[in-house]
Amino acid sequence: MAVAPIEFPPPVDPAAEFISPPTDPEDERIEVGVAIVGGGQAGMACAIRLLQLLEDDPALAESLGEVPVAVIEKGRVAGAHQLSGAVMNPAAIRSLLPDDDSWPHYGEVGKETVYFMLNGRRAVPLKPTPPPFRNHGNYVVSVAELNRWLGERAEEAGAYVLSETVGAKLLVEDGAVLGVRTGDKGRDKEGGQKSNFEPGSDVVAKATVLAEGCWGHLTGAAIAGLGLAGTDPQVWALGVKEVWEVERPLDRVIHTLGWPLRPQAKYKEFGGSWIYPMNREGEKPRVSLGFVAGLDYADARFSVHDVLQEFKLHPLVRKILADGKRVAWGAKAIPEGGYWAMPRLHAPGMVICGDAGGMVNVPKLKGIHYAIRSGMLAAETIYRQLKAGSRDFSAYETAVHDSEIGKDLYESRNMKQPFAKGLIVGGAITNAMVITKGRIPGGHWAMHRDADQPLLVTKRDERYPKPDGKYTFDKLSGVFLTGNATRDDAPSHIRIQQRVPRELAEAWAWMCPAGVYEVPEDAPQNGRHVDLIVNPSNCVQCGAITAKGGRLTPPEGGDGPVYQIT
Amino acid sequence: MKICVLVKEVPDAAVEKRINPSTGRLDRSGEKNLNPFDTHAIEAAMQLKEGGAVQVDEVVAVTMGPESAVRALHKAVSLGADRSLHLTDAALAGSDVNGTGYALAKALESEAPDLVLLGQQSDDGECYTIGAVVADHLRMPSLTQVIKIDVEDGALRCERQAEYGYDTVLVELPAVISVGDAINEPRYPSLKAIMGAKKKPLETRGVGDVGIEPGRVGYDNARAHCAEFKAPAAKEPGKIIEDEDTNDTVAQIVSWLDERKLLA
Amino acid sequence: MSSILVYALHYDGAFNKNSLGAVSEGARLAGDLGGECHAVVVGDKAGLSDELCASLGRFGATKVFRVEGPEGLAQPVVDAMATIISDQGHSYALFGGGLLGFEIGAGLTARLDAGVCMEVTSVRVEDGKLVSERPILGDSSISDVHYRADVGVIISRLNAFEAKESGDAAAAVEDVQVEFAPHSLKAKMVTRGEQRGADVNIEDADILVAGGRGLGKAEGFEALEDLAGALGGAVAATRAVVDAGWYSYSAQIGQTGKTVAPKLYLAAGISGAIQHKVGMQGSENIVAINKDSNAPIFEFSDLGVVGDLNKIVPKLTEAVKARKGG
Repeated sequence: MAVAPIEFPPPVDPAAEFISPPTDPEDERIEVGVAIVGGGQAGMACAIRLLQLLEDDPALAESLGEVPVAVIEKGRVAGAHQLSGAVMNPAAIRSLLPDDDSWPHYGEVGKETVYFMLNGRRAVPLKPTPPPFRNHGNYVVSVAELNRWLGERAEEAGAYVLSETVGAKLLVEDGAVLGVRTGDKGRDKEGGQKSNFEPGSDVVAKATVLAEGCWGHLTGAAIAGLGLAGTDPQVWALGVKEVWEVERPLDRVIHTLGWPLRPQAKYKEFGGSWIYPMNREGEKPRVSLGFVAGLDYADARFSVHDVLQEFKLHPLVRKILADGKRVAWGAKAIPEGGYWAMPRLHAPGMVICGDAGGMVNVPKLKGIHYAIRSGMLAAETIYRQLKAGSRDFSAYETAVHDSEIGKDLYESRNMKQPFAKGLIVGGAITNAMVITKGRIPGGHWAMHRDADQPLLVTKRDERYPKPDGKYTFDKLSGVFLTGNATRDDAPSHIRIQQRVPRELAEAWAWMCPAGVYEVPEDAPQNGRHVDLIVNPSNCVQCGAITAKGGRLTPPEGGDGPVYQIT
Repeated sequence: MKICVLVKEVPDAAVEKRINPSTGRLDRSGEKNLNPFDTHAIEAAMQLKEGGAVQVDEVVAVTMGPESAVRALHKAVSLGADRSLHLTDAALAGSDVNGTGYALAKALESEAPDLVLLGQQSDDGECYTIGAVVADHLRMPSLTQVIKIDVEDGALRCERQAEYGYDTVLVELPAVISVGDAINEPRYPSLKAIMGAKKKPLETRGVGDVGIEPGRVGYDNARAHCAEFKAPAAKEPGKIIEDEDTNDTVAQIVSWLDERKLLA
Repeated sequence: MSSILVYALHYDGAFNKNSLGAVSEGARLAGDLGGECHAVVVGDKAGLSDELCASLGRFGATKVFRVEGPEGLAQPVVDAMATIISDQGHSYALFGGGLLGFEIGAGLTARLDAGVCMEVTSVRVEDGKLVSERPILGDSSISDVHYRADVGVIISRLNAFEAKESGDAAAAVEDVQVEFAPHSLKAKMVTRGEQRGADVNIEDADILVAGGRGLGKAEGFEALEDLAGALGGAVAATRAVVDAGWYSYSAQIGQTGKTVAPKLYLAAGISGAIQHKVGMQGSENIVAINKDSNAPIFEFSDLGVVGDLNKIVPKLTEAVKARKGG
C-alpha cells in the first residue's frame, strides 16, 4: 500500500506553539511602531514606503516612537537567505523608488527562447515563444544582490534592520496581533540553556507585517490559529540553482520544459528549468541556471538537485557551461498554489505580504514585483489606518486583489492543476487558459496538499550522474558553497517523525537538496520502519520539508546560508 | 580601570574567499563580520567588569579600518562596550603588520588604558600576535594565547596555552593581553543592546588626531609586501591499496609510514 | 653579505625540534646569502652550559649569543635580539614558530621597525635577498613576501623547517649583557609548561587518527585509541559521529569543528565530504581506510586503503608496535 507523507504528520501544533500573548514584563518589552518580519523584497519595500510616508508626516512618525520601523531578519544579513531565478518586472521597484535607478541588475532581457527537451540529446525551440514566457522589458536580477541594495536604502531611510534575529512567536491577545517574540539564542542540543543563553524579547508594535517568504513560519501559525486559510491549501515547488562563471557570455534568456521530467500523469512531474545570462561590464560573464519541480511529485527517488545535475548533461546546457566554473549553489521553495491558495491577507493588527501570501504567478514565474507591490500597499494601508487610530487593515486585502497582483493571479488560477493529467493534456489545457485569460475552462480546479500524494518507488536514481566534482556535484559541496555555518550543537529546528516507512524516509532523503535526511545504511530494505537520520546543521532553510510532511521552524538567528549572487 | 578592546572587521569565514583576478589582491567585497576572536576579548572585558574583583570604569572598543569598520564597533558596543573609537584615514590603507600595530598603539596612547584586550588572531589569517607589536610601542608587558585571567592585588594572573604546555604568569598593569578562543563563551547581544548600539558615543579620529607619522603607515610604506599569489605545488596522486591479504596490506602501510619518518 | 639571527628555545636541558629546524634553515639561507647564521638563547646561566650552546654549531650556527634573563617570556628576548642586531647588523631574524617565536618576532618587528611575515612555510634567496612564502586563504594559495626594511623578520609555521646536522663544528659562545626595558620585567613566570594530560588539544598533535560513521558504532573508537596510542598521536572525529554521541565535541574536525594540519592524518571510516575535508586538508600525509572505493577521501589521500577497517586497524596497531619496539 503506497504511503503518503501526510500519514506521518510532524510533531508540531503551530497555532498552539507559535502564538501566544506577550510574556515579558511590560517595561521589558521592546516597543516599535511597525514590526516587519522578513527582510526580503516585500519587507524592505514595506519599510521604505512607510518611511517615505512618515517623512511627510512628523506627527504620526513621532507617535510611532523611537523605532518607527523595525525589520526582523533571520539571516546573517538581509539577502543571505534570498534565492530566485530571476527575471523581474521593473515596474514595482521603479514605483517604489522613482528617483533611484541604481538597483543592481544584469541587463534588460533581449533574446528569449523556450525549448522543449525531447530527451537527453535533443531540444526543440518553441516558436512563437509561448505567452507566459515573453519577458520583454524585464530585467535579469540576483535577489540576493537586489535585497542587499534594498536593505541599504531601507536603513538610509531610517529603518532598524535587526539581522540574525528570528520572529519566533506571534504575539496575540484577544484576537489582535500585538507584535512578535524574537527567538532565543544559545540553547544546547537538548534544548537547555548554554552558559551564554540569551532569551528572545517581546517586540510589540502597532502593526505587524508578515513578509517571511515562501515557507512563512509565523504565517503558517497565523493561518492555522487565526483562521486565515484560503480556499485550497498551499502547494509548493522546489527550485535548486547554480551560478556559473563562463567563458562566453550567454546571449539570451532560456526556459526549458520536458526532459528530464517524465510526462506521464502518474509521476506528477511539473516544472522546468531556467538559464539566464548574468553579464555585467567589468565582471566575468556568469550564468544562472536552475531546475524547478512541484513538490507533489510521486516518485520517492525524485531529487531536484540530482535532476539539475542530470539536466546539465544535455548538449544544449553543456555548450553554455563549457569550461566554466560553478561559483554558487542554493535551493528554495516557491509557493505554487496561486489564487485559490492565497490566505486571507490580514487580521487585526497584522498583514501578510509577498510569497508568504502566495503571491507568485506560476505560469509567468513572477513574484518579485508582486512582493514589492504588496509591501507598498501594506505600507499605505497601515499608514492610513494608524493615522485614523485603527488597526483594521482589511483595506489592504482589497487593495491587493484590486491591483495587478489580484488580476494576474485570478487569471492564472487554474493553470497548474491540469498538469496533474500529464504534460501533453495539461499543456493543452493550460494553453487554452492563457489564450482566454483564464476564462476557458473556468471554475475552480481544486488542489491537494503536496503531502497527500502517495509515493511510488522507482529506479529514478539510477539516471542521476555520479558527481565528478567539476561539472556535476554532490549535495554537500553545494551546502558548503553557501557559507552555511549553522551551529551544530544547537537543538534541531526540524519537526519530523523519525520512525517512518522506508519509502517515506527515502523520499525525504532524495527531496532535500542539502542532505539533511538520511536513511541509515543498516536499515531494513522492505517497507518496515526505519529510524530517519536528521542532520539539521546542513539545512539551507529552503522550506521543501514543510510541503512534504515535516515542518521547518527557524533555527537560531544568523544560521543558514549566506547567499550572495543567487 | 579603563579597558580598551581592539576589534577588527574581517571577511566572513564561512563564505568562500578568493583572489580578485584583476587586482591580484584578496577580494574583500563580500560580507564582513566582527572577528570572532575579538568577541572573546569583549566577553573577557565584560566578565572583568561584572566580576567585581576590580572596578572597571569603562570598556572602549577601538578599531582601525575603512568606513565599514563601524559595524564591528556597533557589534562590540551591543556586546557591552560603553563607547567606541574609530581610527580611519586614507593614509592608513594597505598598512602592514608593522604599520597597523604602530597606528593602533598611537590611538591607544590617546586613551591611556589600564588594560588592552584583543583576540589572539584574526579570522582572515592575516596576522597573529599583533598585540605583541602594539605592546612594544606602548612599552607595556604583553602575553598572548591567554585562556584565563584573574585579578590579584591590582595585577593579572594569567594562564596561557603554549605548544609545550600551560604557563601561569603574573602581569603588572597596564598590560596588553591577547586572548585565545578557549577563554570563554561569548554572550549573544540582547535585542535591546543591538538596537541601542548606534546611540552609544562613537568618535572618529584620523592620522593627525593621534600623532601618527604618515611615513610609517600605508601601502607604500609597508615594510613587507605580499605579492605573486600562486597555487600550492600540486600533490602527487595518492597510492591505493586494495586489501586482500590484511597482513600484507598492513605491512605495506607500515613501510609507507616508515619511509616518511612517521614512526619515529 | 647578510647574516641571520635565529632564536633558539631551550627547555629542560635541550633545544626543541622546532628551534633546531630554525637554526638549520638559518644556516642554509645564510650560506646562500654569503653570510653567517648566529643563534641567540636567553635564560638562566645554569641551564645554558657552554656545551649545550655550542651544540648548535652542529646545525650550522657559527656563533651563539647567550643572554642571562627571564625564561619562557618573550619581551626580554625582544630586548636581547634588538641589542644584538643593532650591534652586529644582522639583516634577518628567524623564528621557528610556536607561541614564543610569534610573540618575540612580533615585538621585534615593532622595536626594529622591521618587515615581518608570519606562518612562513618556505624561504628562498632572490637577488641576494630573502623572500618568504606563506599560505593564505585556507591554504588554497601561496603568497610571496618581500621585505623592504633594514631587518626582515621571518616567523615560520611550527615545525616548518627540518633539523639538519651539517657537521661537528662547535659554535662560538658569546655572553651578552642586555639591559632589559622596564616593561619587559613586568611579567613574572609562576609556573612554566604545565602538562594537562586529560584534554589533548588535537590542534597541536603531530599525528591524528580520526574516525567517522564507517566505524559502525561508538565502540569502534576503542580500536582507534589503541592505534593512536601506538603511533603516539591523538584521536579525532567527524561531525556525524560526534552528533551521534560516539565521541566528544572537543575532538571534532571539520567546517564547524577544528582545523588541523598534523604530519599524519589517518582517517578510518570517513567518506571525505567537503565539510570534513576543509578541517584537515592541510595535513602533510593523509592515509584513508574505507571499504567504499568511491569515497571522495580517496581523491585527496596520499595513501588510500580500500578494505574493512575492523580487520585492518587492529593488525595495523600490532604492526606499528612491533616496528617501533623492535
